[in-house]
Amino acid sequence: MSRPGTLTVYRWELRKLRAQKRTYLGLGAAVLVPVAFAIAVAIQPGGPTEVPFGSYVDDTGLVFPLVTLLFGSIWFYPLIAALVSGDIVANEDNNGTLKTILTRSVERSQVFFGKVLAAFSYSIFAILLSGTVATVAGILVSGFNPVPTLSGTIVTPEHGLALVAASLGVYLLPVLAISSFALLLSTVFRNSAAAVVGTLMFSLLLQLVVIIPGLDGLQPYLLSTQFNSWQGLLRTPADWEPIIRAAWVSAAYAIPSLVIALTVFLRRDVAGG
Amino acid sequence: MSEQPPVALRGLTKQYGRITAVDDVSLTVNEGDVFGYLGPNGAGKTTSLRMMLGLITPTSGDARVFGHDPQKSVDALADVAGFVEAPRFYPYLDGMTNLRLVDALDGNDAKSRIAEALDVVELSDRAGDKVGGYSHGMRQRLGIAAALIRRPKLLLLDEPATGLDPGGMRDMRALIARLSAEGMTVMLSSHLLAEVEELCNRVAIVRRGRIVYEGELDELRAAAGLTIRLRTSDDEVALRVLADRRGISDVVRHGAAPIQFRAADEAAIGELSRALADSGALILELAPSAATLEDLFFELTEGEGDAEAEAKRLDEVADLTGGPE
Ligand SMILES: Nc1ncnc2c1ncn2[C@@H]1O[C@H](COP(=O)(O)OP(=O)(O)OP(=O)(O)O)[C@@H](O)[C@H]1O
Ligand SMILES: [Mg+2]
Repeated sequence: MSRPGTLTVYRWELRKLRAQKRTYLGLGAAVLVPVAFAIAVAIQPGGPTEVPFGSYVDDTGLVFPLVTLLFGSIWFYPLIAALVSGDIVANEDNNGTLKTILTRSVERSQVFFGKVLAAFSYSIFAILLSGTVATVAGILVSGFNPVPTLSGTIVTPEHGLALVAASLGVYLLPVLAISSFALLLSTVFRNSAAAVVGTLMFSLLLQLVVIIPGLDGLQPYLLSTQFNSWQGLLRTPADWEPIIRAAWVSAAYAIPSLVIALTVFLRRDVAGG
Repeated sequence: MSEQPPVALRGLTKQYGRITAVDDVSLTVNEGDVFGYLGPNGAGKTTSLRMMLGLITPTSGDARVFGHDPQKSVDALADVAGFVEAPRFYPYLDGMTNLRLVDALDGNDAKSRIAEALDVVELSDRAGDKVGGYSHGMRQRLGIAAALIRRPKLLLLDEPATGLDPGGMRDMRALIARLSAEGMTVMLSSHLLAEVEELCNRVAIVRRGRIVYEGELDELRAAAGLTIRLRTSDDEVALRVLADRRGISDVVRHGAAPIQFRAADEAAIGELSRALADSGALILELAPSAATLEDLFFELTEGEGDAEAEAKRLDEVADLTGGPE
């Protein structure tokens, strides 16, 4: 008999995710959107010129994941993250299963952290999967060719691939912050639809804040802005400032969310169900 | 720590807004007891059990299991298993996987133990099916299996027979009796006096969150069971004979219905029968009134008066009849 803990919960949370339709809904969308984009480009050359890299989609497949990240940041990737993170606690309320797991030998905090790890793992997996699919589909459509940077220089395809991978990594920072916020709503609302919609509204409303006169100074500190921070990598030399800001701003959203969620989860009455 | 009783509730209280779901409940369940927690809907049975399992925080007082406070850590529940209300599982996982999950959360991975538990609750052939497709009774059985794989010393069951078919209820009772014989302490809540009577040696009767009776079931039976029904050829005479007789009390007569009274012991009844014959009121029927335990239960749990007055009345009855000790 080994002592069960956060990792035990984590393993079983992953197993539960594998058994649920919603997981595949999110992952399926994460795959389908870049594939659809690649097909559209293949059928009708000429990309979306209004976004960075959009005009290069016919030249190199390596910009496909970058364009997908740009378009996905408004609501698509936040939705994918929220789909599972917003459900992971509320699901237990919905099924009345909290009493089942909280009367075994794992502490509430271990259950919570196991869930946080599982939600993060899913979000990371979904983004990396989506990025990989976009890269592969892009290379198939437009080839493995040199990549133009935002500074106007051109880098080799190999270097470009490394930059894509690094960009996906930086993109995960705000994604995990969104996951954390969804976890908070999931814990507080105890209802997964409310948590998913709430997270999406939060993510959209943040982007509107800057419209209010006088609040545009907040722009650098909004979570939505951090979704674009990876672009710093695609400059020569790399601009680290937005990336460092993305790290701490994302943490500033994520950590309080998780702390409040944990507090609520530890103190709540498990009644009903 | 084995000297600590399996369950000790001290002044346990849970308030939901204006409603006091559990009101200053104190009781002890001793090792080896099959303890019945009996009360009507909304009496606070489930709420009490939730506090014993650390699922909700008491407003005041505390619940200890084997001397440990489940509010502090799940370690307190090391020797405890059970469920409140209907046991719940993940509908998208099969029965076996659900059991493996809870077993893993116990720090175990004992497939043989799980197979054995599934066998005990007769679910082995459905263990591969998703729990979402289980009937209510099957979930109830799965809940029992989930509790058993923990090998508890104390089993807490909230209306375990709910939703089971008659055969399932019989099996459930047989199982509880067997577990008890093997040394497990059991605390179960119920609406049904008959169920508690069959299984339990001790009982607490709760009403609106308060305990109105706690003690040996035999005592309660004694308190309730010595109500006697009497029909004679001349009830007017019989009433005069009954009046002020030693060992006879609470004589009542409603219209043409048989006279009812309480007798302190059987000797008093014997004396009475002779006196009645001497008086010329011939006995047509002299028998212990059936269903009086049930009546007493309803009286305790439904009466309009406050619970304490009812409890006091019960004490008086118990004093009168002497009880089993
Ligand atoms: N989460 C809650 N919020 C508000 N009130 C509650 C809650 N849980 C229980 N109550 C109230 O507490 C009282 C006791 O409820 P409880 O479920 O403990 O009764 P019970 O004895 O288990 O009843 P039953 O036999 O119907 O299962 C009821 O009046 C109920 O409405
Ligand atoms: Mg109940």
